[in-house]
Amino acid sequence: MSIFIDNDTRLVVQGITGRDGSFHARQMMEYGTNVVAGVTPGKGGQTFEGPDGKQVPIFNAMDEAVSATQANTSVIYVPPAFAAGAVMEAADSGVDFVVAITEGIPVLDMSRAHAYARDKGVRVLGPNCPGLITPGQAKVGILPGQIVTPGPVGLVSRSGTLTYEAVYHLTNAGIGQTTCVGIGGDPLIGTKFVDCLEAFRDDPETKAIVMIGEIGGSDEQDAADYVKEHIDVPVVGFIAGQTAPPGRTMGHAGAIVSGAGGTAAEKMAYFESCGIAVAKRPVEIAQLVQEALQG
Amino acid sequence: MDLHEYQAKEIFRGAGMPVPLGEVATTPEEAEAIARKYDGMTVVKAQVHAGGRGKAGGVKLAKTPEEAREHASNILGMEIKGLTVQKVLVTPAEDIDTEAYCAVLMDRNAQMPMFMVSAEGGVDIEQVAEENPDAIRKLHVDPRYGLLPHQAYWLANTLYDDPGLIKQASKVMTQLYHAFMSANASLAEVNPLITTTSGEVKAIDAKFSVDDNALFRMPEIAAYRDTDAEPQAETEAREAGLTFIKLEGNVGCCVNGAGLAMATMDLVKYYGGEPANFLDIGGSSNPQKVIDALRIITSDPAVKVILFNIFGGITRTDDVANGIVEATKSIDIQVPIVIRLTGTNEEQALEILKNAGFEAYTSMDEVVEKAVELANQA
Repeated sequence: MSIFIDNDTRLVVQGITGRDGSFHARQMMEYGTNVVAGVTPGKGGQTFEGPDGKQVPIFNAMDEAVSATQANTSVIYVPPAFAAGAVMEAADSGVDFVVAITEGIPVLDMSRAHAYARDKGVRVLGPNCPGLITPGQAKVGILPGQIVTPGPVGLVSRSGTLTYEAVYHLTNAGIGQTTCVGIGGDPLIGTKFVDCLEAFRDDPETKAIVMIGEIGGSDEQDAADYVKEHIDVPVVGFIAGQTAPPGRTMGHAGAIVSGAGGTAAEKMAYFESCGIAVAKRPVEIAQLVQEALQG
Repeated sequence: MDLHEYQAKEIFRGAGMPVPLGEVATTPEEAEAIARKYDGMTVVKAQVHAGGRGKAGGVKLAKTPEEAREHASNILGMEIKGLTVQKVLVTPAEDIDTEAYCAVLMDRNAQMPMFMVSAEGGVDIEQVAEENPDAIRKLHVDPRYGLLPHQAYWLANTLYDDPGLIKQASKVMTQLYHAFMSANASLAEVNPLITTTSGEVKAIDAKFSVDDNALFRMPEIAAYRDTDAEPQAETEAREAGLTFIKLEGNVGCCVNGAGLAMATMDLVKYYGGEPANFLDIGGSSNPQKVIDALRIITSDPAVKVILFNIFGGITRTDDVANGIVEATKSIDIQVPIVIRLTGTNEEQALEILKNAGFEAYTSMDEVVEKAVELANQA
C-alpha cells in the first residue's frame, strides 16, 4: 500500500519538452512510473521519446491529454510565470492530483490557484517541492529513486535534500518506506503535514511515520496535535534550523501572526509533548524508527 | 525584498492613499534644504530595513530647518540593528489626535491576504498583541473577489466611531489592499494610521515587503532594491544565484538544499562549533557555482575551515566531486576544506576527492566533527 501514488497512477507531465521536464520525465519512466502523456502548448501531435524507445504523446492542452489517455495525476515543470496557470488548467482537466515542482512562483498567483483547485476538489502537492515516491511503484517529481526501498515507514518532509538524507539512513538500516512525500517549502502549499498524516493513518501498511519540519509557521504544531489525537503508530520527528538566526523581519505583522512557536526549540518541545520521538541529529531519525518498530 | 519607508510611501501615494509629503536626503545640507520647503516642524527619519528605529534614536522631531540638519547629521551613519543609515526621510510633522494600526499580509494558513487592524496603534503594537490580542481584529480577503465594500467599512468601523473618519478610513483600506495586490506584497503595514486634530486620516509610517518571486514582472519595484542597505556578500550571492546569510561563527558551510543546510549548521553547533554562514548552493554540479560560493565564504576573514555537505540525488556525486576539484584550482584558498558527499556514485566521488588531496567523508556526523575540530585548532 501507499498514499497518493501507486501502480495505478497515470501521469501527465506538464512542460515535458523543457529542460527539467524532459530530464525528469525520463527519470520517472526509468523508475517505472506510467507516464501516459505530456503537455506543451504548440507541440501537440509530436511525441516524446522516453527510455528504451518508449513514445509518449504530446498534447497542446491538459483537457486533450486527459481525455485521450485517462491520466489521473499531473506533474508541473512549467516556468514560474506560467506555473500557477498550469495548476488551474490541471484542476479543470479531470486529474485529481497535481504535483507542482516549479520553484519561484509568485505567492499571490498561488493564493488564487490553491483556492481554485480546492473548489474543484483537486489535491495539489507543492509548489516548490521535490514531489513524492512510492518505492517499487511510482515516483512523481525529482526524488532520487535509487535511495528508497519498499517497507513500513511513511515519510513526510518540508525539505528536499534533508529528506534524501533521512531516507538514505532508513534504507541503509534496512528500513523501507511506504511513500515519501516532500510537501515543499513555499509559504502557501497545497498538501500539508496533516493531510499526509491522515492519508498514512488510512494506509494499513504504514507502521511508523517520520515527519521532518523546519522553523517558521505553525504547520508542525498542527501536525503534532493531529498525531496526538488520531495516529496510533509511532511517529519520529526532526526540526531543522535550531541555529538559524532570527531574521531581520520588517514590521510587526509577522510576529503578531506567528507569535511564539516558530523556532526549532519550540517546535521540538511541542512534538515531545504530543508523544513524538524527536531526533536531535539526522542520523538519529533511522535509529529512533528502528527502536519504535522493534518496541 | 524589504522596501524603505519612503519607497513604500511612493507606492501608497500611487494608490491614492493620504500620505504626508516628504523627500529623501543623504547629507545634512540636503535635509535642511528639504525641511525649508515645509512650514513648521519636520520629522527626520532613518531609512533602514529594521524595526525599532524610533527607540534607537533614528527618528527625531525638528523645530527648524537648522535643527533638521543637526538631526540628519546625527542619524546619517548611525547603526541600527547592525545596519548603517545612509538616507533620511524629511517630512512635515503632523498634529496627531489618535494612532491606529493597520496591515495586510499573506496568511499562510488561510492562503489568502489578511487585514489586521487595531484602534490601539503606535510603537507598542506588539505588546498589545501579547497582552490584549482581542484588540487586534482580523479579516481575510478572498483574492478572487478583492476587498468588498462592506469589508472595508467593517475594518474602518472597528477603528473609529465618527462617520466622517469611518468614511475616510474605508477608502484607505481599499487603497491599501490595492497597493498590496498591485505590488505583489507579502506585507503592507501602516503604523500609525493617524487622525489629525483637524479630522483627517493619514498614513504617516509605512513598512512594505515584496514577494521576490514576483519581481520579474514589476521592474519599477525591482529597481527599488537598495544594495547599499544589505551586506555585500548577500548581494554577490544573490547575483550568483545562491542563498547566503552571514552568521557570527568560523565554520564556513556550503550545502545543497536549504533544509540540509540548516541541519548542517545545527550539527556544527551540536559538536561545539559555530557556523559562519548559511549557504544553499542548489542542485547542480556546475563548477561556477562552487567557485562563487567559495569566493563568498572566504571573503569572511573569520572563516577557519570550509565544510561541504552535498547529498547527490539526481546529480551524480562524482560530477559534483569533479566540480569541486575544478573550482578549487581556480581560487586561492588559505583554510582547510573538508567534504562530505553521499548518494549516487559516492565511491568514485571519494576517490576523485582523495586523489586531489581533500579530506572526504560519507558520514555527515564525521565530517562536521572534523570541521569543528579544525576550526577550534586554528
